[in-house]
Amino acid sequence: MRNGNPMLSVENLHAAIGEKPILRGVDLAVRAGEVHAVMGPNGSGKSTLANVIAGREEYRVTAGSVLYEGGDLLAMPPEERAKEGIFLAFQNPVEIPGVSNLYFLKAALNAVRKHRGLQELDVVEFRDTVLERLRRVEMGEDLLRRAVNDGFSGGEKKRNEILQMAVLEPRLAILDETDSGLDIDALKAVSAGVNAFRGPERAIVVVTHYQRLLNYIVPDFVHVLVDGRIVRSGGRELALELEERGYGWVQAPGADGGGEARL
Amino acid sequence: MTLPAEARDRYIVAFDEAAGGKGRPSWLRRLREEAKERFLADGFPEARHEDWKYTNVAGIAERRFEPPPRDDDGLSPSGVAGLLPGEDAGNVLVFANGRYREDLSVRRPLPPGVHLGSLSDALSGKGDALVPYFSRAPANAFADLNTMLMEDGAFLHVGKGVEVPEPIHLLFLTCGGGRPSMVHPRNVIVAGEGSRVTVVERYAGLSDAGCLVNSVTDIATARCATVAHYRLQEDGPDAFHIASLRARQGTGSRFAAHSFSLGARLSRSDVHAVLDGEEAACLLNGLYLGDGERHVDHFTTIDHAKPEGSSREYYRGILDGRSRGVFRGRVIVRKDAQKTDARQANRNLLLSREAEADSRPQLEIHADDVKCTHGATVGPLDEEKVFYLRSRGIDESSARGLLAYAFAADILRRFDLPGVRRASEERLLGWLPDSGRIREFLDDPK
Repeated sequence: MRNGNPMLSVENLHAAIGEKPILRGVDLAVRAGEVHAVMGPNGSGKSTLANVIAGREEYRVTAGSVLYEGGDLLAMPPEERAKEGIFLAFQNPVEIPGVSNLYFLKAALNAVRKHRGLQELDVVEFRDTVLERLRRVEMGEDLLRRAVNDGFSGGEKKRNEILQMAVLEPRLAILDETDSGLDIDALKAVSAGVNAFRGPERAIVVVTHYQRLLNYIVPDFVHVLVDGRIVRSGGRELALELEERGYGWVQAPGADGGGEARL
Repeated sequence: MTLPAEARDRYIVAFDEAAGGKGRPSWLRRLREEAKERFLADGFPEARHEDWKYTNVAGIAERRFEPPPRDDDGLSPSGVAGLLPGEDAGNVLVFANGRYREDLSVRRPLPPGVHLGSLSDALSGKGDALVPYFSRAPANAFADLNTMLMEDGAFLHVGKGVEVPEPIHLLFLTCGGGRPSMVHPRNVIVAGEGSRVTVVERYAGLSDAGCLVNSVTDIATARCATVAHYRLQEDGPDAFHIASLRARQGTGSRFAAHSFSLGARLSRSDVHAVLDGEEAACLLNGLYLGDGERHVDHFTTIDHAKPEGSSREYYRGILDGRSRGVFRGRVIVRKDAQKTDARQANRNLLLSREAEADSRPQLEIHADDVKCTHGATVGPLDEEKVFYLRSRGIDESSARGLLAYAFAADILRRFDLPGVRRASEERLLGWLPDSGRIREFLDDPK
């Protein structure tokens, strides 16, 4: 099943915020076509991993490497990563009053298309593209006319993230707790948007605390991150087992296969 | 600080020249004399004066400003065409170095009941109608200096119930002929009961000489009148710009004072609105930009004197380089002014480590049943927002420029006059780096 070179290859990654170490040696390989879930308790470093891959500068990489398509990802500024096809769906999407959602999408898409050597879309093509993607996430057209996330509900912000993903068509999408704060309808809509996006050329990393999202976005691999390290990896059944037994199970010293786990 | 003898002589000469004109009413002569006495006794305000704590005007006090050149400004109708408003056509009164220039102005028919002309014309007779406006207590030494030396400006009177459909533009050009000169524009705007009018005051510097522009505008809004006033300050980079805008509002009247300040090395803008009738509404909405060594000071007072008034005050500044922004927002709610609803917000964006902003809300509430809020912020761009934009493929400098633009555009979107709003947005874009790329976010994809 796992053929070819990984699209994303994380090796022995250590990262800190200020002087505080968060990631303490993460290894992860993601290939095109795969969906990975990274699960873990609060404070385990899940979001840090997502943000380091997207290029957030507050997180300082202290050791290890991240290769993307064989190139040194850590040497690239965030905008280059985006243009190369990496997308982070934010846990807390930022409100940007005064910047129209629609114009923002258009400028972002054109930046990415230009980088890929594609022609910028004309207004009609752009509009058609957006409206088609909009339906996938069951998002109201009026949200396009408003400022980016300005006054959006939690669910609207998350849908807006998935809309951006669907429009920008990245190769590697990282969803950082996209399920947090969603009611069941929004969860289904967001999941439908993500599933429509799945394909043999694309990879998805789903970062989540709960198993719930994985009922809708079914992963090929599940990794458990505890205290800055992946302590356990497996198939989707691992998520179900976690749901049943809680994180204490993998955290407990001497637990089955949890030789690296610490507490 | 008392004026040194040399400066004293200079200002007396200037006074004799300005006030000595023929045919001026005697009441004005008296007011000018009084202003002169006060100014010569007190001189320019010192830093220890509470109202001038953050703004040092020693640079003005020390400079030898002369009366502006008389006739050699070289301005022609075709030469100023590019300075006229492109949109929102209407009457444009052009003042060059403080004097009305009919040859440069654009005059269009106005509805009956509207008088628009130069103040010096209005004062060439008895000008009794103007007495109340000139008699208002001066805001500061500069207002006295204006009364003492003023030569011209605009006089607008809108009669009862008249709506003026097109905005009235007042364009003040300063073209100093190489030597530092001073001008003291004076405007009076009177809106009769139930009338409606929009006035755009724009100041533009056409020379690099360090001129002093020291203007005073008095506005009266009668019962249920609506006045929108715009003040666009684009004086030259070495100019000093001092302005005083005073409004007295009657019952149920609405007054909006919009401003955009992006010129002059030092500017100080006083706004004083008195809500002197019940249910009056006042909006002060201003944007200021600072770079290099610029110093820009806004000093506002909203005086709620009667019940059920409402005021909204929004000022934002972007400060770069080693510039400094000062905002003072004084709100007075008098004992009678129950049910007052006053809100004030001042936000400052610092684009460099050396830039500085001082924000001082000052609420004086003497009534008990009122709603008053204020908020002030000073800080750099939110890095979280910068990262969000970058993570979508937008390069860092465009992301920063766009966020700064959006921050400032929040003020400009309240400019109801489309032409002025668009022109102001253009000026803002021109000031920001990477405007070309910011534009991409603004073009309507339809």
